[in-house]
Amino acid sequence: MLKEYFIRRALYLIPVLIFISFMSFSLIYIAPGDPAEIMMTSPSGGYDEAAVEAFRIAHGLDQPFYIQYLNWLKGAVVGDFGYSYMSEQPVFETVLNAFRNTLTLSVLSLAIALVIAIPLGVVSALKHNTVVDDACRFVALFGVSIPNFWQAYLMIIIFSVILHWLPASGFGHGTDISYMILPATVLGTGSAAVMMRMIRSSMLDVMGKEYIQTARGKGLSEKIVIIRHALKNALVPVITVVGLSIGFLLNGSVVVETIFGWSGIGNLVVDSILSHDYMMVQGSVLFVAVIFLLINFFVDLVYVWANPEIRYDRTS
Amino acid sequence: MSDVLLKVSGVSVSIPTGQGNVHAVDDAAFSINKHEVFSLIGESGSGKSILGQAIMRLLPPNAVFSGKVELDGTEISALSEKEMQKIRGKTVASIAQNPYLAMNPGIRVGTQVAEPMRAHLGLSKEDAKARTRRALKYFDILPPEVREREYPFQYSGGMLQRAMVAMGTAADPELIIADEPTKGVDVLKRRNIAAIFQKVASEGCAFLLITHDVGFARAMSDRIAVNYCGQIIEIAGKDAFFKEPLHPYSKALLDAVPERGMHPIPGSSPSMIEVPEGCRFHPRCPHKTERCLADPPVVEMARRCVRCWLYA
Repeated sequence: MLKEYFIRRALYLIPVLIFISFMSFSLIYIAPGDPAEIMMTSPSGGYDEAAVEAFRIAHGLDQPFYIQYLNWLKGAVVGDFGYSYMSEQPVFETVLNAFRNTLTLSVLSLAIALVIAIPLGVVSALKHNTVVDDACRFVALFGVSIPNFWQAYLMIIIFSVILHWLPASGFGHGTDISYMILPATVLGTGSAAVMMRMIRSSMLDVMGKEYIQTARGKGLSEKIVIIRHALKNALVPVITVVGLSIGFLLNGSVVVETIFGWSGIGNLVVDSILSHDYMMVQGSVLFVAVIFLLINFFVDLVYVWANPEIRYDRTS
Repeated sequence: MSDVLLKVSGVSVSIPTGQGNVHAVDDAAFSINKHEVFSLIGESGSGKSILGQAIMRLLPPNAVFSGKVELDGTEISALSEKEMQKIRGKTVASIAQNPYLAMNPGIRVGTQVAEPMRAHLGLSKEDAKARTRRALKYFDILPPEVREREYPFQYSGGMLQRAMVAMGTAADPELIIADEPTKGVDVLKRRNIAAIFQKVASEGCAFLLITHDVGFARAMSDRIAVNYCGQIIEIAGKDAFFKEPLHPYSKALLDAVPERGMHPIPGSSPSMIEVPEGCRFHPRCPHKTERCLADPPVVEMARRCVRCWLYA
């Protein structure tokens, strides 16, 4: 039953992927600006017709739209997204490298978000309508309300400019955690606020359930009641929010990556759009979309783990 | 050692709400002997369940408790929460009304049944597993090695009810508090529940049955206590009670069951916030007199007692 469920869920991905690839390709195709002309334009402004024509032919841009699309798709299926017009580097490799950096940052942000959100949400629910709860909710409201970019500059001013504790921006060598702390915190706190409120309300709901009283009636300590009997059930609706947060962290970190000069996928897409590097844009968009789908697929797996009823649903 | 297992004396519970204090339990006093099945009957909303929660010390946090509960000679109402955890599920266990609500939907049934064993009997995982299988088998949950790995929603209602009894009896308690075990179940299921409870009782476990189901109480109990508006108004042996109920409310209650012609009690149940002065039943009582406006005494007789001026 479980296996069938996953196979079916995996099959659903195929039409979605085809649709996404078509959309991302055509959006770029209908965007103004001819890549051949732009690429072949000299810094002084003029271009050579013959060179433009040669570029078109070399990159298949003279072909009809659907041929271009199918050629691109044929490559994309086996991981060949073509070459960047600008750097002549393979798109896939460039995107993969950038994505790896974004992923590092996202994982750290998510960890920060969960480490903040779960304890605060649980404490807020257990002490609901007390000063502790009010304080937690105030912090959460604050976290939701502050715009990312503003918080980013504020933290740069405090921790880099005034205190000199952390670098203001840059990438280090990719493994240097001191460069990650500020951007990851900015991204993490935003998500944490949403998750915390979700955990609080979900936990409040679960703590009022009869099976919690049953668990207490068995003589279990309050700690075990909360962790074993309440938290797992309370996290089921939160998983959805976490899944969405991962998507947000991977795709929505453009602003934060730009501010902190982090060479991730957000930065890559923005740079590619500005320089009309269409192959790169198409590749990045499709890549991010695939990742997003995979994350949602994974979230479904976690859902099944947390809510056994889904596993045996007769209608699915 | 005496035969008394549970002794409740002068227990009152009130719960503050937005509308005022709910006087859920007022001056409850009774005792349950070892191996005895004791039923507390009364209408829904008369504070019976709260009394059960008070004994387990699982009242809502804002409830105000006073009085004394002794279990096996230990005053459990004075224990710390930590000491009380060693009693719950071990000496006194509770079985809730609706198994679908009372079992955790996200944990395998076997694990839930094993929990009291692990907590109280100090069993290893393997020993608890073996014991859980025996318990499931004992309650006809077959085959146990398959059923233990299933979740509550995969069980039928009757089977889950049995699993809940298996869970309640997992650590061999001396007393089981069963709250409305037959509420909302059909006649067949009711009979099954009675059969399981009798099976457990025959092994020497005492019961406090909290129920509005007079027929069920009659089939199960050694002694009966009648609860009205937060007060116990009569306690008697089963046979004596059904032969000759003393309190006017007890009489009216028995006349209201279908087998006796379903005569409704005139008037309606009083508010638990603004309780009637004096005898709480007097506004509906056919025998009321002037003195009923004063609190009636608890009149002790041979092996029974009644809270009514008629017998003073």
